[in-house]
Amino acid sequence: MTAPVVPLDRDQFHLAEEPHHPEGSSTMLGFWLYLMSDCLIFAMLFATYGVLGTSYAGGPGPKELFELPLVAVNTAMLLFSSITYGFAMLSMTEGRRGATQGWLAVTALFGLAFIGIELYEFTHLIMEGAGPQRSAFLSSFFTLVGTHGLHVTFGLIWLVVLMVQVQMKGLIPANRRRLMCLSLFWHFLDVVWIGVFTFVYLMGMLR
Amino acid sequence: MSPPSLHTAGHVEAGPQDHAHDDEESHGSRKGYWVGFALSAVLTAIPFWLVMTLTLGKQATALLIMAFAAVQMVVHMIFFLHMNRRAEGGWSIMALLFTIVIVGIALSGSLWVMYHMNANMMPMQAASDMG
Repeated sequence: MTAPVVPLDRDQFHLAEEPHHPEGSSTMLGFWLYLMSDCLIFAMLFATYGVLGTSYAGGPGPKELFELPLVAVNTAMLLFSSITYGFAMLSMTEGRRGATQGWLAVTALFGLAFIGIELYEFTHLIMEGAGPQRSAFLSSFFTLVGTHGLHVTFGLIWLVVLMVQVQMKGLIPANRRRLMCLSLFWHFLDVVWIGVFTFVYLMGMLR
Repeated sequence: MSPPSLHTAGHVEAGPQDHAHDDEESHGSRKGYWVGFALSAVLTAIPFWLVMTLTLGKQATALLIMAFAAVQMVVHMIFFLHMNRRAEGGWSIMALLFTIVIVGIALSGSLWVMYHMNANMMPMQAASDMG
């Protein structure tokens, strides 16, 4: 009586979990945890900026350096790219490959515009002699905003790679999963940007 | 004997439900994106307007724009990142809450400690400025 029960138990023990964990089922949670750790990196950079942001070393401060209209345009670019990525995800859910690619391309253009404007701002600052080596304020500013810009740049590279993938293999489950990861990444960067334009640019102008 | 089989049954039922739920809600709807976009646009425009015109005092403006940023972050979390209490069986929100706690401790702690360090080191700083 007991002899057949033991192997049955053992079989159940193995089979219970495996069939319900198809490939990639834990990817979204894993990627979310990565984003949370990325969030900690940004928190540290914000803290650094918060501590050093008023140490001008006799150099220029935010009021002389920042151009709010430019920042407003940049914010708009990122916000537009967020909603167009959302539309790409909706097209993906409907299984429309062409529309997905189109919205991804529009997202990439807005992202490029954002990076372009940021690079223009950075070169402008450096030409004025307000580079990262000028003061602790500018070092922490370039580190924080530059890290965000670097994230957007890598997001753009990822976006282009995924567009090639979708073109070659279509909206297969693996590509859908990748697009969903990039979606989280992209929207997350927009959330970080809210912190940047509020605490760095707007609060800087109030000093 | 029976506890393992109950355990198994629980998993069989929970699996498909979770997936159906993911497919329904994880991408949001067109309306949801527009609502999130409109809210974000307003929540961005008002702080920029407040700072550019300085209609209110500096203190009030600073507090207001921080409040707007906090609200806009929540809006993005709900409408763009589709965060809710049930995503990934509740683990996403747990990770998010944990991160918010850590970020809160790290940010407020750093600012608090470094502010007091600065304040207490003032005589030495003044001396080095003069020298």
